[in-house]
Amino acid sequence: MQQKTFIRMSGLGGQGVVTAAHILGDAATRSGLVSTVNPFFGAEKRLAPAESYVRISSEPIFERGEVLFPNIIMIFHPHVITLGKCYTMPFFDGLQRQGKIIVNADNPLALGEDDLERLRRLEAALYYIPATQVAMEVGGTDLSTNIAMLGALLGISALVGDTALQEALAERFGGGKFVASGTTAALDDVLKSKYAKLAQLIEKNMAVVEKARRSTQVYPI
Amino acid sequence: MIEQKITDPASIFSREGRSKLFITGSEAVREAIKRANVDMAIAYPITPQSESMHLVGDIYAEGYLKDYFRGENEFAVMSAVAGASMGGVRVFTATGGPGTLRAFEMFSTWAGSRLPIVCAFLTRGVNSPLTIQPDTIEMAYLLDTGMIMLHAENAQDLYDMLLKAFVVAEKTEVHIPVGVFADGFFVTHTRDYVEVAAAEFKLPPYNPYSAPVPVMDMENVPIRQMRDPFVMKSNFVSYATHASWQQEVMAAAERARPYIHRYLDGLLEVETPGADILIVASGTAVSQSREARAMAAAEGTEVGLVKIKCLRPFPAAEIQQITRNCKAVIVPEFNRVGWLCREIKAVVENNGKVIGAPRVFGGMTMPPELILDQIRRCKA
Repeated sequence: MQQKTFIRMSGLGGQGVVTAAHILGDAATRSGLVSTVNPFFGAEKRLAPAESYVRISSEPIFERGEVLFPNIIMIFHPHVITLGKCYTMPFFDGLQRQGKIIVNADNPLALGEDDLERLRRLEAALYYIPATQVAMEVGGTDLSTNIAMLGALLGISALVGDTALQEALAERFGGGKFVASGTTAALDDVLKSKYAKLAQLIEKNMAVVEKARRSTQVYPI
Repeated sequence: MIEQKITDPASIFSREGRSKLFITGSEAVREAIKRANVDMAIAYPITPQSESMHLVGDIYAEGYLKDYFRGENEFAVMSAVAGASMGGVRVFTATGGPGTLRAFEMFSTWAGSRLPIVCAFLTRGVNSPLTIQPDTIEMAYLLDTGMIMLHAENAQDLYDMLLKAFVVAEKTEVHIPVGVFADGFFVTHTRDYVEVAAAEFKLPPYNPYSAPVPVMDMENVPIRQMRDPFVMKSNFVSYATHASWQQEVMAAAERARPYIHRYLDGLLEVETPGADILIVASGTAVSQSREARAMAAAEGTEVGLVKIKCLRPFPAAEIQQITRNCKAVIVPEFNRVGWLCREIKAVVENNGKVIGAPRVFGGMTMPPELILDQIRRCKA
């Protein structure tokens, strides 16, 4: 039987939603799985809605485009929910039965009773992680928020191995090998200047992953 | 310049000895051009094509191309590309969506001038309100420009088709432009596996004297072609020249068929041709159809799949034959007008069985479930 995990990441432009997806997809292929990754966004600008999709499977994947029926939804910013900065409304639209949701927020959000009831009926699991806080405290920069979100993901689902993740991080930030748009390239340079050396960058990001993995809290619904 | 060994195209096209990369469609364009012995590339950015031509600029900096520059706009780029090709070099560019429309006059000019230009069209919506998202509507407009049109399903196709496009385009009896189409974002921005040939090899260079028309050189300077063209005179000879030349350009595309068979293994691919229900599609719609087919199979319904790789020349006889005995033909498309459905309806006997659905546009994803719905309706 084919093991498929479809992940939807929703966040704001500049938060690394697309980058996180590429790193996760790369780590999945390094873990011996099949993966496709694709982003969706409008004209690039900070704080505009941005989404990316990762499909991970043991078998070849043909389907392209948005993940409409995800197993896991990762919300990188509370505004995705509270201001509707999202391609789908409500933010958990299409979530599969017994799906999981990870929200980056310092404190649980006040979700409406209707939404909670629908999540209950889906037997969904809701997790909160103060990802930006973890990124600031451990990584020393909020630019590692996306890496903290990946840590939170691994905390609730062992999709990829640590070594694979580490290698994928090195690939992503290791030099001119990766293609990014102009804006993303500028953010990468900022990130690299925050950390003196690449090795230190990888090490700190892995520390962010580890801390985030332990900081994820399940929210009873 | 980077040292690369010139080798037989067949060895570059071979699936043997390839390495497997996990890359985006834009990166697949870079990998193809790296091995294509391209002399020159000219760029003007437009989402979702920007990364591809940016990456071609990167390999120019590494020494894989002799020249590369950015034009003022798409019309300027397509005109400059025509000049480069007339001048006898192998040239590459890419565009998409509104960029395609802005440059439009030049595509017919390329074909009419018998220029073997290879252009990647990384498709995007062109309707108002403005969108940067995938949509294949520009292909509807390009069907009758005279160029050969190949449609890639994924990044692997994009890589392979680009390399093969140069070889097909430059055959003396063909010698017309080839557009290689791939759906924006679904292919360009999607990271997937692509198998590539060793980068130390490249295609043989373009021989400008293989052209079936006078080559610009010191004997045939451009001014002589522009000063005395037949068609500047309104007389019987000029009309006859024009009419016969238009037919000659169409005939050149027809003469590409055997080469498309040889290098791309046919104009289309078929799975389960005997099924009562057939899906006929091109591009990303094929990928979505593969998932829908698997879902239908799980419900006990066998569905055939026809993947059209080449739209110009059109595989009319093949489609007519394959669809002769089936009960329904489903044509899913990523555009509003259903141009592929029109093409199919024009060749299928009893074309009332052709279903132009599902159709999504303006950047929407096509869930395989929508195709499955059509399959279920055919069963009902």
